Amino acid sequence: MKAAVIVFPGSNCDRDVQVALRASIGNDPLMVWHDDSDLPTVDLVVLPGGFCYGDYLRSGAIAAHSPIMRDVVTRANSGLPVLAICNGFQVALESGLLPGALMANAGLHFVCRDVFLRSETTGGIFAGHYEQGQILRFPVAHHDGNYTIDDDGLAALEDNHQVAFRYCDESGETADRANPNGSRDNIAGIYNKSKTVLGLMPHPERLADARLGGSDGKALFDCLFEALG
Amino acid sequence: MSPRPNDLMGLSDAEYDRAVAIMGRAPNHTELGIFSVMWSEHCSYKSSRKWLATLPTDAPWVICGPGENAGVIDIGDGQAVVFKMESHNHPSFIEPYQGAATGVGGIMRDVFTMGARPIANLNALRFGSPDHPKTRHLVSGVVAGIGGYGNCIGVPTVGGECSFHSSYDGNILVNAMTVGTVDASRIFYSAAAGIGNAVVYAGSKTGRDGIHGATMASAEFDDDSEAKRPTVQVGDPFTEKLLLEACLELMATDAIVAIQDMGAAGLTSSSFEMAAKGGVGIEIDLDAVPRREPGMSPYEVMLSESQERMLMVIRQGREDVARAVFDKWGLDSAVIGSLTDSGRLVLREAGLVVADIPVDPLVDAAPRYDRPWTESPPPPALDDAALSPPDSLGECLVRLMACPDLCAKCWVWEQYDHMVMADTVQRPGGDAAVVRLHGTDKGLAMTTDCTPRYCAADPRRGGAQAVAEAWRNLTATGAKPLAVTDCLNFGSPENRHVMGQFVGCIEGIGEACRALDFPVVSGNVSFYNETNGRPIQPTPAIGGVGLIADLDRMARPSLEAAGHSLILIGETAGHLGASLYAREIAGLEAGAPPPVDLAAERRNGDFIRGLIEAGRVRICHDVSDGGLAVTVAEMALAGDMGAVLAPPPADRSPHGWLFGEDQGRYVIAVPAAEAAGILKEAAAAEIAAIIIGETGGDALTLAGSAPISLAALRIAHEGWLPHYMAAE
Repeated sequence: MKAAVIVFPGSNCDRDVQVALRASIGNDPLMVWHDDSDLPTVDLVVLPGGFCYGDYLRSGAIAAHSPIMRDVVTRANSGLPVLAICNGFQVALESGLLPGALMANAGLHFVCRDVFLRSETTGGIFAGHYEQGQILRFPVAHHDGNYTIDDDGLAALEDNHQVAFRYCDESGETADRANPNGSRDNIAGIYNKSKTVLGLMPHPERLADARLGGSDGKALFDCLFEALG
Repeated sequence: MSPRPNDLMGLSDAEYDRAVAIMGRAPNHTELGIFSVMWSEHCSYKSSRKWLATLPTDAPWVICGPGENAGVIDIGDGQAVVFKMESHNHPSFIEPYQGAATGVGGIMRDVFTMGARPIANLNALRFGSPDHPKTRHLVSGVVAGIGGYGNCIGVPTVGGECSFHSSYDGNILVNAMTVGTVDASRIFYSAAAGIGNAVVYAGSKTGRDGIHGATMASAEFDDDSEAKRPTVQVGDPFTEKLLLEACLELMATDAIVAIQDMGAAGLTSSSFEMAAKGGVGIEIDLDAVPRREPGMSPYEVMLSESQERMLMVIRQGREDVARAVFDKWGLDSAVIGSLTDSGRLVLREAGLVVADIPVDPLVDAAPRYDRPWTESPPPPALDDAALSPPDSLGECLVRLMACPDLCAKCWVWEQYDHMVMADTVQRPGGDAAVVRLHGTDKGLAMTTDCTPRYCAADPRRGGAQAVAEAWRNLTATGAKPLAVTDCLNFGSPENRHVMGQFVGCIEGIGEACRALDFPVVSGNVSFYNETNGRPIQPTPAIGGVGLIADLDRMARPSLEAAGHSLILIGETAGHLGASLYAREIAGLEAGAPPPVDLAAERRNGDFIRGLIEAGRVRICHDVSDGGLAVTVAEMALAGDMGAVLAPPPADRSPHGWLFGEDQGRYVIAVPAAEAAGILKEAAAAEIAAIIIGETGGDALTLAGSAPISLAALRIAHEGWLPHYMAAE
């Protein structure tokens, strides 16, 4: 299996996800500079976290127009798996790969801490190693993670089982106080219709190593390797 | 003599005369501006240099001590650590978001200028009384500014401290520290070399911001300080991230001969420092300097403190290599001059010489003052009667845990990305933060410490205590403490009393650093932290770094299991002078701070580290502010595990035992079966050690007091700051 991590000016979790991918798939992902116009042949593209283009204008808005994104969007639309984490999720939304938008956190502060997530689906190339209803611990670190979508869009997400993860408390309840950013319906991550693109605000790559205090994130990368390896 | 200009730009009459003597004529406006910033307290250390020279700066593992952009120490395996702490106090009071943000940006540049990749940031923050009308706004802006900059760059902010006292009402302190790692054979320095080599400018364009920032930082405030807002720089962390990556990429080639960031006093100070260190002259064509706006005068270009700029000397023939890298990262770069053998800094605009100053005389003749000082008077005695035993020890503990200085600071550090780079092993809130050295099983422990109320009561003892506490915090994780950076914040050095505090603190720092083999490798002095004649409490913040050789042999403060014995290491007299108990419970800011016995400090710390390194102790916390009860309470909350504390020895008062701030102490938790062995070894090493209680349950019980549920304690401890910040 070969993965590519897209590096935008201002990406800063590119190395973190590189390390997590290497640990699960056994080889180094390609680090692809945003200015390249052709995406190499790969099995997975990762849009990493960070502050691409300084989050100027609007988080992810400028990166969505990077040369490499034309190819990423075309290939994703024909089925190439894309994992979009945090700032990468913002880029994926701005690129039209996923529905909805991310606004500033309800508390108007940057928030960095561990949160609990409830895995909402069964199977799939990303979350297949998690049971439906399983409670996971991932960190969040963002200022603009307040997911929003209109009523029809939300209904479509629900109907197609596109909600991947929801913020919850330790016991799995999707309480308001367990929602770190005000996201609609506690949504932390979503799929596209074909479940080949996953966008999420929490960082699986930051707790994929027991040394750092948890490894719930590792199962996601292991699952990708099993599905695409 | 030429007629004296009306505005000497902060120079004294004598300093102006000296400038005239060096020039052999009256300096023009641009030249006078250059003398003014280069001889400012901020850039020249004119009042502190004599005393800084007394600090120990050497050890076999020190690669580079004070004088460069940052200090460098060897950590083995071909790796070195580069670190420094710096103040950005004056700008942060005037414009908290940008002041704090650019403080972080500046200290990170100091570290990556030396070739190191920053791996962690820390900060030490002092705010005024929570009741002061500006405090909430300043806390909010400073925290957002630190986060806004560090989060965007992608360097984790892993630790620090944050406290409140009315002496900072008019002068908050924002001290930022960066730690980086570098291949020990690839360290970059600032001495310019190679006559004819190009001087290259890279990074942001030069604008009209921050002009005379260094001069502002060298004067006290008055009621009109807000009017100085235009002297505060504006930061752009996105550009800094690009500059960081571009510099590290260029540093992997052989293009760079010397490099210096443009910080305080901008292009002026960077070009002078590079020329002076290399013993060469520099000629600069000001027309080639990338500018944000037209019509800037030579004076403005030279004194601008626009951020995110680098000056470097590039090997002849490698200019294109440099340009290609900066182009890739979308950064401005330009050859703006060359090195000469004239020994002079010559500036040209439109072909005309607009300034021409001899480098060495300006640097060598920088004023040095032996400021008069007076020994600090002893603190007011503590009234024993006012410190009679309280009605409820438990209630005292809850009050202390909820007081502004001891309450949980999650509200602050949850706004900092403390996990990016995926190597943060111990997050903020413990003794020291621990960051893994990427790709290894080694770790760096890091901390910032100072107890200003001790320094105010007894500067010498306070200076020593700050160093000892940093050493102890590193030791509590199992790290071997290696070196410190000091960030010395004081009032006006022209005030004898303040100068006496400075001298006392330096003596204490030096004494402790020598006793603990803990040299000072970098630092910064910030004077004039006073408003309308009211100085801050002396605040020599100490940033310490230590090495953990094996992350499997490390300790954390959180209690893990029931049935562990709690052992207190170190002597407890029950010292309440200058304690938080005296201040918060009895309402007294009085008494001498606790004695600092450096031999005991070292003996106790080495003993603890030995136990951790041997894998026998995994739970350890140092005893500091608030004393023993607060230490155990913090350990209980961190692990969500209760404890019961036994009564004190018969000859100790209960409140002195629980809340006294005697130094050199640690609490460890070990399975009960192992306690006796540790006590025996401690006795053999002549180290005081005693079982003080055991773990278990969901409450903390102080002997003779009702159990305090951890849930209630947590609400008190974690509630104060968010509530305070939410109230308008």
